[in-house]
Amino acid sequence: MKISKLVQQIPPSGIRVFFELVLGMKDVISLGVGEPDFVTPWNIREKAIFSLEEGYTSYTSNKGMIELRREISRYLKNRYSLEYDPEEEILVTVGVSEGYDLAVRAIVDRGDKVLVQEPAYVSYGPVVTICGGKAVPIKTKPDNGFKITPSDIRKNYGKKTKAIVLSYPNNPTGNSYSRKELKGIAKVVRGKNLIVISDEIYCDLTYDFEHTPFPALPGMKERTIYLNGFSKAFAMTGWRIGYACGNKDVIAAMTKIHQYTMMCVPIMSQMAAIEALKNGARSVAEMKREYARRRGFVIQRLNEIGLACHRPEGAFYAFPSIKRSGLSALEFSSRLLKEEKVALVPGTAFGASGEGYVRISYATSMERLKEALDRIERFMLRTPGKALPGPRYSLTNGR
Amino acid sequence: MNEILEILEKNARTTPEDMAKMLGMKVAAVKSAVKKLEKDGVILKYKAVVNKELLREEDSGVRALIEVRVTPQKNLGFDHIAERIYMFPEVTSCYLMSGTYDLLVVVEGKSIHTVSSFVAEKLSPMENVRGTVTHFILKKYKEDGDILKQPERSKRPAITL
Repeated sequence: MKISKLVQQIPPSGIRVFFELVLGMKDVISLGVGEPDFVTPWNIREKAIFSLEEGYTSYTSNKGMIELRREISRYLKNRYSLEYDPEEEILVTVGVSEGYDLAVRAIVDRGDKVLVQEPAYVSYGPVVTICGGKAVPIKTKPDNGFKITPSDIRKNYGKKTKAIVLSYPNNPTGNSYSRKELKGIAKVVRGKNLIVISDEIYCDLTYDFEHTPFPALPGMKERTIYLNGFSKAFAMTGWRIGYACGNKDVIAAMTKIHQYTMMCVPIMSQMAAIEALKNGARSVAEMKREYARRRGFVIQRLNEIGLACHRPEGAFYAFPSIKRSGLSALEFSSRLLKEEKVALVPGTAFGASGEGYVRISYATSMERLKEALDRIERFMLRTPGKALPGPRYSLTNGR
Repeated sequence: MNEILEILEKNARTTPEDMAKMLGMKVAAVKSAVKKLEKDGVILKYKAVVNKELLREEDSGVRALIEVRVTPQKNLGFDHIAERIYMFPEVTSCYLMSGTYDLLVVVEGKSIHTVSSFVAEKLSPMENVRGTVTHFILKKYKEDGDILKQPERSKRPAITL
């Protein structure tokens, strides 16, 4: 069958072979998982079961159940002082993945350029390509924790640049932005008249400071499509539910696409999400404390081992430099898998700028983390690198 | 709650070195904090959580919850009679309750017979004990926050972005 030219432009994933290797192996300790190790809190699961028993099995409004949109609106107001009208400014989506797809399709015309951070989550660029746009990678640097700076935006900006994708706390680097850093970005964004698509799915997992949503910055709400969801903080990845917020024009445009493609999010997921917002805060806080402790442990162990790692401010990822091993990210990951049965993700899975780095997910139990890091240490001890130890980052955490 | 307690309540074998890393503290500081908790009696002791459901029947024993109605004593209230009861080694827990009875006494014994004779010979004849109702536990599902079955293997794929 003749495949469309747009889709052909998307290169096949370079690390599929490595992924298959991991999936085919037994007894691997995996630090390669991009989702919580917790199961969805019981009250949320129980609510979904009950709603099925009660016969909630129908379609819902395209935008999502109004009760859910009201809960989302209330949550954003209480938590972040964000004001979104549940009637017209909130759309319930099949995870942030669909929200992002809709956002791009709603704003990108053929030839438009979208600035996308690199390294970053894998879908940002390809979705722009599918829409006929061009994704322009902003290659971020390790020295400032792979963050986008105002000058990065200016340097990569061109006449056809229409939007920028932000994603913080970031997958894979775990980094986030302080309010001050965001203000710097907001200033350039306003100056260049850019639309911002802000993927803040990890926002509730921010450890060292209060998360600032991009639309909460002065003047940014109007130009931001804010994406969030339930997957990470509520451990609800398999429910596939998230939401997009923005001004009513863009939400109407996104709803138009959503109603023809997805119709609506499954009702049981919506019922579960209502319960999550109403009665899930305690579970979120508990899981967050646990992640924060694992973070402390993992970062310190990595630096002890000689895999220099900045202290990530959010999500559940560490992104250490493996340059000291003298191996490429893919070689390092493959050998570690074969020799020590520890799986992690080579940084290059997130773009070429991830070379020399690996993503370690600490969404796994302390016992397994301990064992995995001991194995990594053993591996490093017999892998004498050519390079000198990398820089040692500050380990203080402001406690 | 104190985060050290939260960690130790989940896994009492977490070393001070690991806790120091987890909490961004000095090892010495963790050690002295733990020592203080022990000294103050906040941490009473460390012990294994045993799932007796998995033991052979003769080793697993039986457990009963006993509602006890008592007559409080002048000046002493319930404390004195409670102590008379909880000092028996068969008693694993003892609580003063609100509601229709006074003390909830948890008793463990080798067999139904052992528990029954404890109630008949020791507990009921006590002065001040006005009556007892014994409930035997048939099956344990969850105890002190622990679900008593082996956790199932993770259903997550081993690698995802």
